[in-house]
Amino acid sequence: MRDTRLIMGMPIAVEIIDDAPFRLMDDVYDFFANIDNRFSPYKPASELSEYNRGNIATSGLSPEMREVLALADRTKVETNGYFDLKRPDGLLDPSGIVKGWAVRKAARIIQAFGVQNFYVDAGGDIQTGGKNRNGEDWIVGIRNPFSEHEIIKAVKVTECGIATSGTYVRGLHIYNPHFPKKQIDDIVSLTVIGPDVLEADRFATAAFAMGDQGIYFIEELPGIEGYIINSSGVATQTSGFGEFVVS
Amino acid sequence: MIRSTRSFTLALSTAAFFTVAAIGSAGASQWLLPEAPAVTVMPTVDTLSQVQLATTAGRYRDGSFTGVAFDAYFGLVQVQANVQKGVLVSVDVLDYPNHQRTSRSINRQALPLLQSEVISAQGTRVNIISGATLTSRAYLRSLKSALSRAGA
Repeated sequence: MRDTRLIMGMPIAVEIIDDAPFRLMDDVYDFFANIDNRFSPYKPASELSEYNRGNIATSGLSPEMREVLALADRTKVETNGYFDLKRPDGLLDPSGIVKGWAVRKAARIIQAFGVQNFYVDAGGDIQTGGKNRNGEDWIVGIRNPFSEHEIIKAVKVTECGIATSGTYVRGLHIYNPHFPKKQIDDIVSLTVIGPDVLEADRFATAAFAMGDQGIYFIEELPGIEGYIINSSGVATQTSGFGEFVVS
Repeated sequence: MIRSTRSFTLALSTAAFFTVAAIGSAGASQWLLPEAPAVTVMPTVDTLSQVQLATTAGRYRDGSFTGVAFDAYFGLVQVQANVQKGVLVSVDVLDYPNHQRTSRSINRQALPLLQSEVISAQGTRVNIISGATLTSRAYLRSLKSALSRAGA
């Protein structure tokens, strides 16, 4: 079964190849809706908004919020401060990590039903499991940042996660925490493949903030590969990325 | 200063804004670009009726009108509406309002030599697409504000 719904302002697609109870699909989307209610910076009543307004003490945070904040702290250390959920205005914005974290959790909800063959895609942050309905490896296309209906790379992502950070379409959504006013303008798209979608997402967000040096940061990380596209349409890939490339 | 934009040509209806090519239609798990079956994703909060597009000439003033930047959950989205003969003809998403280059003091000699290539379209069948997403709500709000500035 396969479904796509718009939650958190983005299409979330789920495909489950194995036989599974029909309600599993609803469970997965209910989970995403709950995450949206908890982490949305839009919703005044979300836990994040209440925390940012000082209405909730750190000790009163939900286990989910604590988990994400702890992950963010760890990522900040691992990325030399390039991942920082504190915005220039001082408010916390865990968006750079919530999506990958939520997709990984959703994948675990699906796997808990004994499903092995599936994928979850939240706005391009993807976790795959097993094979597609034809019994083949899942193939993910990397979108051309300059032409939205074009694929410029196809990669085989079996039992791993992939995430793309970019300035295109959504506008500039990542800033360099060390130089908040400097626009990250030299790269337009960074796709990262990791052991799971959370690893891919958090390192994609951080490395994107490093600009054209980000790909070298990805190169240094064990088990993480990347494909970066600059504003001139030139792509650079890490030394292990080629193993995933189909075309 | 370079103003880099993404242009979305308007089709017959406003629903074209929400056509997300990354989503295959039900039952089609694989597809070959560019004949991708597309699903129209309707916005959840703002409705299409909030953005009234001119269907007859003369509704809006000619010119380009920049909308307010809106938070799209993962960042800001700001669009520019282009009006010709009173009709909205295209919408640009403003990607880079500024283009500054700052030299960096990283020792490049210490960096590994990585393989580079000019990107080119691939015709491979894919199951899923990774890339940035259209965020309909912020897009609509920015477009609405741009069109209000274009109001005759």
